Amino acid sequence: DGKPPKFQPPPKPVIIDRKTQKEERRFLSPEFIPPRGRTDPLKYYIERKDMIQRRKVFNIPEFYVGHVLAVTTADPYASDKSNRFVGICIQRGGKGLGATFVLRNVIEDQGVEICYELYSPRIQAIEVLKLEKRLDENLMYLRDALPEYSTFDVNMKPVSRMDHEEIPVNKLQVRMKPKPWSKRWERPKYNIKGIKFELPEHKMKAAQKWSQPWLEFDLLREYDTSKIEEKIRKELREELEK
Amino acid sequence: SITGACRAVQKLTRVRVVDNSTLGNTPYHRPPKCIHVYNKTGVGKVGDKILLAIKGEKKKALIVGHKMPGPTMTPRFDSNNVVLIEDNGNPIGTRIKTPIPCILRRREGEFSKVLAIARNFV
Repeated sequence: DGKPPKFQPPPKPVIIDRKTQKEERRFLSPEFIPPRGRTDPLKYYIERKDMIQRRKVFNIPEFYVGHVLAVTTADPYASDKSNRFVGICIQRGGKGLGATFVLRNVIEDQGVEICYELYSPRIQAIEVLKLEKRLDENLMYLRDALPEYSTFDVNMKPVSRMDHEEIPVNKLQVRMKPKPWSKRWERPKYNIKGIKFELPEHKMKAAQKWSQPWLEFDLLREYDTSKIEEKIRKELREELEK
Repeated sequence: SITGACRAVQKLTRVRVVDNSTLGNTPYHRPPKCIHVYNKTGVGKVGDKILLAIKGEKKKALIVGHKMPGPTMTPRFDSNNVVLIEDNGNPIGTRIKTPIPCILRRREGEFSKVLAIARNFV
């Protein structure tokens, strides 16, 4: 033909939008979920508004039990007016504005634990130094474990994270000091998977006497939070966009 | 067998002397024990003075950390720590390696000499 061939536009590039995928699975901090009870949901709604106000001013990063955090608090009695503490998060407790997390570290052979309030105005910065989840949600057994498992360098550099979607689970089995422990961690009530029990077989079997296998089937103890979480996520999205 | 460590410091609690004084660090067949707490309640918290029985002698001491959880944002130690002191408040040792809570700084007037020999603050 004399005419040039009809213009074929190049094929459109396929865009895989990872951000929207990530938003669907976004992390909801556990202190937003109201506890089970008969209190007026208005109280929790007002508390959530205050929590969101605080989060707009101060960034509280996403973290789980097992992460290594560095917290700088305002201290009127220290030189430079601020105090920095590095430690592993052992537990997260409390709901609403009184949400707390406990950081543990061993400094100069002395174990130190500090319970910080997430929404306290004294906290100036929270940095996540190492991201890793552990096998349990409560690492209180680190108090009875060998001190090497709780020591973290105070001048540790933040470990960079490449993959923005998954948080690695550290399947470390911790070795304990000889008994007696502060709590009988081998009992099934605590359901700990992160300890390497070096106890004899008959003791492990004797501990199973205290197991309550009917608890997981108890209907009255069920608390399904999926619908509540959906509502709260929607609320958060709306408030943060304002 | 022995009872577990006491959470706050009261009469007959075994304590751990934390400074580098000879009296606190020489081994003895009995651990240092508290015999009196200079407080309205008999329970000693951080910053309280107590009377210790060490090596057959009575010595005053200052509590610098206990196992009992205190107010939030304050550190909780894994052992009951104590610094040996004279009657006028002068510490006997010359260095304190273990971390000391920053709350003691509030009472700088009484504890200035102890805070001067401390190295780490938590």
